[in-house]
Amino acid sequence: MEIPYTVAVRPDTGLNNGKIAIWLFLASEVMLFGSLFASYIMLRVGAETWPAGATYLNIPLATLNTVVLISSSVTMVLAWASLVKGSFGRFRVFMAITILCGLVFLVVKYFEYSAKFHHGYLPSTNTFLAIYFTLTGLHGLHVVGGMAVNAWLWGPGSAMWKVDPLHFTNRVENAGLFWHLVDLVWIFLFPVLYLL
Amino acid sequence: MGPEPAVARHREGAAHEAHHEELGFLWKYVFSTDHKTIGIQYAITGLLFLLFGFGLMMLMRWQLAYPQSALPWLGALLGEARMPGGTMLPEFYNELGAMHGTIMVFLGVVPLGVGGFGNFVLPLQIGAPDMAFPRINMASYWSYFAGGVVMLGSFFVPGGAAQSGWTSYAPLSVIAGTGQTWWLIGMVFLITSSLLGSINFIVTTIQLRAPGLSYFRLPFFVWAQLVTSFLLLLAFPPLEGAAFLQLMDRIANTSFFLPSGLVVSGQVLGATGGGNPLLWQHLFWFLAHPEVYVLILPALGIVAEVVANNSRRPLFGYRPMVYSVIFVGFMSFIVWAHHMFITGMGTTMATFFQTTTMIISIPSVVILTALIVSLWGGSIRYNTPMLFALGFLPMFGIGGLTGLPLGLTASDIHLHDTYYVIGHFHYVVAPGSLFALFAGIYYWFPKATGRAMSELLGKIHFWGSLVFMNVIFLPFLLIGLAGVSRRLYDGGASYAHAQHVLPWNEVSSIGAWCLALFQIPFIVNFFWSVFRGRRVSENPWEATTLEWAAPSPPPHGNFLRLPEAHRGPYEYSVPGAARDYLPQWEPSGA
Amino acid sequence: MGDTHDHADIDRHVRAAFLVFGSLLVLTGFTVAAYFLHLPTRLAITLALLIATVKGSLVAGWFMHLVSEKRIIYWMLALAAAFFVPLLLIPTFGALDAVSVR
Repeated sequence: MEIPYTVAVRPDTGLNNGKIAIWLFLASEVMLFGSLFASYIMLRVGAETWPAGATYLNIPLATLNTVVLISSSVTMVLAWASLVKGSFGRFRVFMAITILCGLVFLVVKYFEYSAKFHHGYLPSTNTFLAIYFTLTGLHGLHVVGGMAVNAWLWGPGSAMWKVDPLHFTNRVENAGLFWHLVDLVWIFLFPVLYLL
Repeated sequence: MGPEPAVARHREGAAHEAHHEELGFLWKYVFSTDHKTIGIQYAITGLLFLLFGFGLMMLMRWQLAYPQSALPWLGALLGEARMPGGTMLPEFYNELGAMHGTIMVFLGVVPLGVGGFGNFVLPLQIGAPDMAFPRINMASYWSYFAGGVVMLGSFFVPGGAAQSGWTSYAPLSVIAGTGQTWWLIGMVFLITSSLLGSINFIVTTIQLRAPGLSYFRLPFFVWAQLVTSFLLLLAFPPLEGAAFLQLMDRIANTSFFLPSGLVVSGQVLGATGGGNPLLWQHLFWFLAHPEVYVLILPALGIVAEVVANNSRRPLFGYRPMVYSVIFVGFMSFIVWAHHMFITGMGTTMATFFQTTTMIISIPSVVILTALIVSLWGGSIRYNTPMLFALGFLPMFGIGGLTGLPLGLTASDIHLHDTYYVIGHFHYVVAPGSLFALFAGIYYWFPKATGRAMSELLGKIHFWGSLVFMNVIFLPFLLIGLAGVSRRLYDGGASYAHAQHVLPWNEVSSIGAWCLALFQIPFIVNFFWSVFRGRRVSENPWEATTLEWAAPSPPPHGNFLRLPEAHRGPYEYSVPGAARDYLPQWEPSGA
Repeated sequence: MGDTHDHADIDRHVRAAFLVFGSLLVLTGFTVAAYFLHLPTRLAITLALLIATVKGSLVAGWFMHLVSEKRIIYWMLALAAAFFVPLLLIPTFGALDAVSVR
C-alpha cells in the first residue's frame, strides 16, 4: 500500500507530504525557542541588574561560530542543488562540509563552555548564565540532531538516491530546512546573549 | 499526478498483502504502522490509564469523606510509608491528586480522544489508505507509552510521584522530591508524542483527502481533529521549554522560577534567586489553556457525528460550526491568564484576558446550540451512542455556564482555587468529554471489530454514569461557592466557613464509588463483544460518512477501492431520495 | 509530475544563495560593529534585533526558499507568527502591569 503524494505533489496544494510536515515541525520549533526567548525577556525585565554579555562571554569565538553556521547553511543549499542537477558526488562533498562545519561549531562551543566552567561560571551562578547555558545548550542539541540527520543522509540514507532520486532530493531539502532554522535561531541568539 | 487506476493499486496492494503476511507478530501488532492498530493501541492504553486515574481518585475520596480514618485492607496494602495504620498521609493525598490530574488529562483523555479516535477514524473518514507518515505514527504511540511508563514508574521513586498538582507550580515543584523530575521527563515524552501525532494529522487531512472531498464536505469530526492538531503543535512547545527550565532549576541549581530570598521550613534556600514563579505559570497555562480545548474538541466532533446519524437529519449550522471551531482554536491561545487572575496582575492585563475569555464563549455556544438544534424535527434513535451524545449536551452546557463566573475577574476572586473550579472543569471533562468518548466507542466499535456491543449493558452504563457523575460534581459547585479550597487534604474540615457544607464530601465520595460500579458493565461489554458480539454489516448505523464504506474491520489499506466523495457529509432525509440517507461515496443518479 | 526544478532555475537559486551569503557576512559585521558603538541599551537592543531580523529574513526567504513557497505554507506560518507574538510579549507585559503592595 502506497501513501499518495509522498513524492509527487498534490495538484491543489502544490506540495508533497514531507514539505508540509517539515514546515509544521519548524513552526513548533519556533514556538519552543520563542518560549525560551520570552523567558529571557521576562527574567531580564524583572531583574534589578543584568550583566553585559561581554562580562562572561567570548565574542570573537561566537562571531566565528556565526560565520561557521552561516557558511554551513550555504553548503547545505549547494548540497541540495547538486542533487537537483543530478550530481551525487558533489552532494557528498557539500554535505560533508556542512557536517564538518557543524562539528567545528560544537568544538568551539566545547571550548567556550569549558572555559566558563574553569572560571567557576555555572548555570547556577546567576540568572544570566542560567539562560545562556539553557538557550545555547538546547540550540547545541539541535545542532547535534541536525548533524545526525545530515550524517545519515550522507551515509546509509544515501542509498535511496539510486532507487528514488527525487524522494532522496526532497529529504535532503527538508533536512536543509531544519538546518537553516538552526542557523536562524543562532542569528538571534548571538546578538541577544553576547552583545546586549 | 493523481491516484493511479484502482486495478494497478489493487495488484500492488495484493503484493503488499502477501508481503505483510510474512510480518511477525511483533511487527504486525506491537510495532504496527497501520493507523487502525495504532488507534486501538492508543485507545486501550488510554482507557486503562483512565481507569487507573479513577482509582487514584477513589482513594482520595475516602480521605475526603472520612478524614483521618483508616481505610480497610486496601490501606494496609498501600504500605506504612503512605498510609500508616491505614490512614492517608497528606503527602500521599497530594501525590494522588497531582497524578490523578496528570494521568486523566495527558495519559487518558487526550490519547483516547486524539490518539485513539483521531488515528482510527480520520483516515477512514477522508477516504485515505492510512496516515501520511505511518512510521512516525508508530513512533508517536511508543513515545506516549514511554511517557506513561515514566509517569507510573515515578510512584516507586523515593518520596513518591509528583505532589505539586498537575500544574506543577514553582517554587513548590522545584523543591519537591525526585518524583517531580520524573514527571518532567515523562511530560517531555508525552509532548514529543503529541507533536509527532499532530504533524501527521494535519498533513494527512490536507493531502490525503479523497477526490471530491473538499474542505466543506469534511465531517465535523475531521475539522475538530484538525484544529486540535494545530493547538497541540503550537501550544505544547512552550510547556516543553518550561519543563526544560524547571529541570534546570531542579538538577542544575538554576533559579528560573525561584525568587530571591525564598524561605523553606524556616531556612533560607541556598539558591541563586532572581527567578520568577509567575514565569512558570505563564508558560504552563500558555499550553494548558489550549489543552482544555484539546480535551473538548474531539468530543464535540464525535457528538456531531453521532447526533447527525441518530437524528436522521443534516447537522444544523454546519458552516457556522466549522467557522466557530476554527475561531475557538484561535482564541484559545489568548485567554490563558484567566487562570492567573489573582496573581497580582494589573487591570489592563486582567481586562484583556477577561474580554478574550468572554469572547471565546461565543463560538462554544454556537457549536453547542447547533448540536441541540440539530435534534429539531429529527427521527431520534435512542441507541447507546446517542444516549451518551444526548447526555453530553446539557452536561457540557452546565460545564460551560459554570465557567462564566470564573472568566469574570470580579467573581473569580471569590471562586479561584475552590471546589467550584473543580466542579466546572469536571462537568466539562467527565459527563462532557468522557461521555462523548464513550459515545464514540459504542458508535465505532462495529467498524473496528465487525461486531456490535450489547445495548442493554450500554444503557445500564449510561444511566448509572449520568446519575452518579452529577452526584459527585454538583456538590463541588456548592461547596466551592461556600469557599472550600481545592487540594485540601481534609476536604475543608479545619475551616470554620466550610463546616456547614462538609457533609457533601461524603455524598460525592459515595457517588464516585457507585460510578465505579457502573463502569463494570462497560468493561464487560467491551471485552465480551470483541469475541461474542453480534456480527454486523459494514454500515449498521446507516451512516453517510466515508468510514462506513470500508469493510468492518477494514483491511490494511482500508478500502477495497479508494472512495470518491459525491456530496456533503450529512445528507440524511433528503426529499425525494429512496432511503433516509445518501452516503457520501455513492455516485449521484443511477 | 514531481517538484522538479530545471537547471536554469536551480542555477538562479544558487546564485541567489551566494548573494545572501555575502549579505549575511556583511550584516554579521554590522552586528558586531554596532556592539562597539556602545549605544544606550534601548537603542542597542532595537538595532541588534533589526539587523538580526533582516539576516533571519534572508535565511528564511532564500535559503529556505520562502519567497517562492506555496500559499498553504504561508498560512501555517502566519498562524504560528500570530501565536508567537503573545508568547513573547505578554509575560513581559505581565511583569510590568502588576499590582504592587507598598
